[in-house]
Amino acid sequence: MLRYTIRRLVMTLPVLLGVATLVFLLIHLVPGDPAEAMLGETAPAADLADLRAKLGLDAPLVAQYRHFLTGLVRGDLGTSFRYNTPVAREIAQRVGKTAQLALSAMVVAILIALPLGILGALFRGRAIDQAAMAVSLLGISMPNFWLGPLLAIVFAVDLGWLPVSGSGTWRHLVLPAVTLGAALAAILARMTRASLIDELRELYVLAARARGLSRVRAVVRHALRNSLIPVVTIIGLQLGAVLTGTIITETIFAWPGAGRLLIQAISFRDYPLVQGCILFIAVTYVVMNLLVDLAYAWLDPRIRYE
Amino acid sequence: MMRRLGLTIVVFTIVAAAIGPWIVPDDPVAQNLALRLSGPSWRHLLGLDELGRDVLARLLVGARISLLVGFAVVTISSMVGMTVGAIAGYRGGWVDDVLGRVMDVLLAFPGILLAIALVAVLGPSLRNVVLALAVIGWVGYARLVRGQVLKIRELEYVQAARAMGAPITRVLVRHVVPATFSSVTVQATLGMAGAIIAEASLSFLGLGVQPPTASWGTMLDAGRSHLFEAPHLTIVPGFAIAVLVMGFNFAGDALRDRFDPRL
Repeated sequence: MLRYTIRRLVMTLPVLLGVATLVFLLIHLVPGDPAEAMLGETAPAADLADLRAKLGLDAPLVAQYRHFLTGLVRGDLGTSFRYNTPVAREIAQRVGKTAQLALSAMVVAILIALPLGILGALFRGRAIDQAAMAVSLLGISMPNFWLGPLLAIVFAVDLGWLPVSGSGTWRHLVLPAVTLGAALAAILARMTRASLIDELRELYVLAARARGLSRVRAVVRHALRNSLIPVVTIIGLQLGAVLTGTIITETIFAWPGAGRLLIQAISFRDYPLVQGCILFIAVTYVVMNLLVDLAYAWLDPRIRYE
Repeated sequence: MMRRLGLTIVVFTIVAAAIGPWIVPDDPVAQNLALRLSGPSWRHLLGLDELGRDVLARLLVGARISLLVGFAVVTISSMVGMTVGAIAGYRGGWVDDVLGRVMDVLLAFPGILLAIALVAVLGPSLRNVVLALAVIGWVGYARLVRGQVLKIRELEYVQAARAMGAPITRVLVRHVVPATFSSVTVQATLGMAGAIIAEASLSFLGLGVQPPTASWGTMLDAGRSHLFEAPHLTIVPGFAIAVLVMGFNFAGDALRDRFDPRL
């Protein structure tokens, strides 16, 4: 396992370097002068020169790149143009909220998906199965930037049960978590159903039934556990969708996370903060994928020897 | 049934986008502030928006934008992806390694994050949205084609063409790449759905098509500020996006079933 872990870590390093390089180059893609784009065309020449110096844009490209990378190693992502504070601090203040939203969405997705998938498999082909799969099809087809406002119309505007935006209490978390988790729930429900149907055909389930176990007990005690392996794989594969989903969901519900910070930074043309947020989200994604891979290898030793 | 439904939705949307603006008499940018936020009526079937513009007229123009972006992104992405994938798979060695690392880096950005970043620095516009989505879109095609080319290049007819001295370009263009067309067509149909959602997401975030041009994403974004008094501004464009995306997904699944009956 240690050898596999080291090998995966070594494979990840060039990807992280590539991501950092691409994010570094972003500011150089700004048409014209980035300082002018941030301060406006009418900004005095002295202010423009000051900002260029502050961003390091007046140094040669190689020196800028070296400075960027050494900064990253020290955890320095630069200084926010709008807030005049370290970018790393701005992101760190909001990471907790994004993690809270993403984890809640995953919990919501699992709580919706497992019962739907199990019901679908147990009552395959019957009305209850078709209803469960129709619900999941709806979840897959509805983009979160539509589902969110729809949920707000029903539960905040019409019924008045939940707040339409903001954060602070569990009530604020419900609509964003359901919005973000719905698509994942739909995919997981379909996967659980398909996987459980396969398991139910296995001989060990038949043997369990022959020993006198009820159908429900045979499913819950035996088949369900085995059917969850591909479901866990799908959760790992969907991490990216959840991460980018937070950007839109946080914007809809004014949830004060890193995704909303990115959109605000874009609207203020705060390029250091944009770079920092993009880098943070991408690196989080790479690291989470690495952890998922290591978890698979730990759970299934065959992967280590491939 | 699903297949026919998917195709029907796609064809209906294309026809509506093509001839709709001539059938609906209202100008999609003409404002009638006195009637702003009015709900659906016989005169305005889908109501009016926050500036008193006809929602149906804007929806039809928005359909053109969605289809245009989808088609442009899929065309550029598939052309680039097929070229890169074919070269990587056929040549192998260091060429494959280098192209593989480039793809790994692009895939390290989840979903549309890189597109958001690119539009953020290039500036929001239709052209930049297409460019940004194509930059992230080609990788999927390249991976698909590379995987297939690895198998195809070992087939006897390809070996025969090489043995007869055909240059690499000819082998790729005449013998290898055409064999990947069916898979690429399926991926492209499903890619239309992805591109339409991505464009709407970017426009929703204020990074896509800019006002007063109508796009389903910007219509949805504008409707968000009027959830209380005019929910139709949110419901209508969102429904259109969801139905069209579902249509392309069904059509893609149908094509996959046709080209690969094993699945």
